Amino acid sequence: MTKALPANLEQIEVNLKKLTNQRTRSSLLGIAILILIFFGGTLVSLEANAGSFGRGIANFFNYPRDLFVDTFEMGWKYWPRVIKYIPELIITLNIALFSTSIGFILAIIFAIFSSRNLIRNKRVIQFTKFLMDVTRSFPTLIIAMVFLYLMGKSSLPAVIAITIHTAGALGKLFTEAIENCDGKPIEGLSSVGATWTQKIRFSVLPQVLPLFLSYGILRLEINVRESTILGFVGAGGIGEMLAALIQWNYGADVLACMFLLVGTIIALDYLSAYWRHKLIGANQ
Amino acid sequence: MSSSLAIQRENIRKLFPDTFKQARKSRLRGQIIFFLVLVYLIVGFFTLDVVDIPKKWKPQNAAMFVLDTYAHKDHVTMKWENHEDIKIAFEGNYRSVYGRDNLDKSIPDWFYKNSDNVGNVVEFNNKGKAILYKDKVEIVNFPKYERGFTIKLNSNGKPYLVGSEDLVIENLKGFRITENRVEFRPTLYERIQVYPKKVEIHRYSIGWKYFWFDFSSPLEPYTFFEALGLTFSKERVVPEMSNLKLFLTEIKDNEAFMHGRVWWAMLETIVMAVLGTMFATVMALPLSFLAAYNVTPIKALRFTLRRLFDTLRGIDFLIWSLIFLRAFGPGPFTGIFAIGFTDTGTLGKLFSEAIENTEKKQQEGVQSTGASKFLQHRFGIIPQILPIFVSQSLYYLESNTRGAVIIGAMGAGGIGLQFLGALGTGNDFENVAYMAILVLAVVIFMDRLSAWLRRILIGSDQLIVR
Repeated sequence: MTKALPANLEQIEVNLKKLTNQRTRSSLLGIAILILIFFGGTLVSLEANAGSFGRGIANFFNYPRDLFVDTFEMGWKYWPRVIKYIPELIITLNIALFSTSIGFILAIIFAIFSSRNLIRNKRVIQFTKFLMDVTRSFPTLIIAMVFLYLMGKSSLPAVIAITIHTAGALGKLFTEAIENCDGKPIEGLSSVGATWTQKIRFSVLPQVLPLFLSYGILRLEINVRESTILGFVGAGGIGEMLAALIQWNYGADVLACMFLLVGTIIALDYLSAYWRHKLIGANQ
Repeated sequence: MSSSLAIQRENIRKLFPDTFKQARKSRLRGQIIFFLVLVYLIVGFFTLDVVDIPKKWKPQNAAMFVLDTYAHKDHVTMKWENHEDIKIAFEGNYRSVYGRDNLDKSIPDWFYKNSDNVGNVVEFNNKGKAILYKDKVEIVNFPKYERGFTIKLNSNGKPYLVGSEDLVIENLKGFRITENRVEFRPTLYERIQVYPKKVEIHRYSIGWKYFWFDFSSPLEPYTFFEALGLTFSKERVVPEMSNLKLFLTEIKDNEAFMHGRVWWAMLETIVMAVLGTMFATVMALPLSFLAAYNVTPIKALRFTLRRLFDTLRGIDFLIWSLIFLRAFGPGPFTGIFAIGFTDTGTLGKLFSEAIENTEKKQQEGVQSTGASKFLQHRFGIIPQILPIFVSQSLYYLESNTRGAVIIGAMGAGGIGLQFLGALGTGNDFENVAYMAILVLAVVIFMDRLSAWLRRILIGSDQLIVR
């Protein structure tokens, strides 16, 4: 007995060492891969970049400085400029809000048809999931550019692109929410003979609606950024204005647009955090 | 029966008046919100010109666009003044002319002499024929058309459809006749246009022709697999280089699909996303420790770092990329730093919140062994936040792939810019489709890759938030 114990311990020691070695090896391998990716990527970047890295670092502050200098030269006359661009900002916000709303509604439809606890037919679920995968994976910019080409310059391509992307992205989250919701209320309603739509209306929807709204608000915040970017390729709003101003080199006006944008985004950030906190509580 | 039910209901209502009042109140609130949303949607419908979609939507343009993404066409051009000189060119490109120059490109078999040995026949895929003569064009054999047509030039040199006056209107389907042009387009795949100066025929076929080897490539006569087989044979197709090298360079330098350039651009985009995310992760990890109250006692430092994260995140990557574009010029560095700066803010905020939410007991356990502060964090906190760290970084890797495409299109290069260029040419829609599919494939691949890495690294492919 006394002799067997050290042997056992030895075995444990050997196993432990083996495990630690294995762990160290895989960690080292992971780090090596990361370093390899880093150097490979840097080489590609150096090869592909037009300007050199060093000069870029040196020039980094030039543009922001030019913008600020331009702004300071204007003095108090600057603030009317900022106000001048607010209508453009409203267009951008309108695009984002409208397409988020429509995308939200589409996403609910998608989610209902791709949730395992609501739909029995596997084909329907697979098809809807595939549809969501595709709509979610296309960058909005690509959809918007194609529609811009087909329909000419207007805000519509941005609305279409953001709606499509939102429907897919929210649809996936909504599906998870519906599939994770409590099955008992559904059973309860089934027991009193509720129809399929009644079950969704009175048992699923009350459970998931706060979560849906919270995701929707988060999406709205993302979509404001998206609609600005789409403006940059010609979909109107403050993005398009900013692109034009940069081209004309109107430093003060560029900074005014940037101020408006950053202010809006930060405000939305806090607002959405506050709303979501109210909707679903602190720790979710 | 029903009346007794109603009485019962009234009784319950009287017993619990508050409950019912509240229910009605919240229902009313829901209805008001619903009504407001509806009003907004109607307003948005008009302010954003959604009503104009039917007006702006040009089905002709869209059909041409879609057709060009999956089909290719050959142009046959005949000038009236020299009817024997007929030019057949792929996509109408002057550099891809069949039977011209020293290219040794045989005339395609759908173009041949007519049985009367005078006219030249262009045969379409649906067996319809256009026969080109010195003074007329005959259109015969088209399915769904019972008779043939003849298009001639009148004494003023303008084209006209012979006998069009006695044709029934249904039979004229597919024709568009203006003063200087007679166009026959029975389906999207056949198009015959007669002008006062020339005849131009577009013959469409489905598929991406010359996808692997372009028009002037020495490997063009072979299919992809035949050419792959050739790389194993000793006999050289061209004497200058080995077959394998030829095979690779010909694919890379394909003029139609530009595989070399497109794949290089794709690589640039991926590099932007990967290095940008790496940069953000490496920056955010130490900063997030400094911004967490259970690690850093200095309140001013925490506050400054928190506001720094907010600013970095608030200045969207759009604006970051504009600033970096001025500094670095077009190229991946712009994308790397734009993504890196924005996500340092996002990840820093997420990580510091995660650190603040860690269990204190593990750290205390390490502390009880007399470990230093550094070791306490290393063994007390890091193991707890590692899953969040990995899962969030990988999630952002995937979403940054999409972001990198967008930054590219705004001038930083990569696949986004290539896509914009192909769309801008207005006729290379097969390239547009090719790149769109490529982007889609890479985004889905990144999605799967990050889910797979999450699974093997932390045992769950779901996104862990907290």
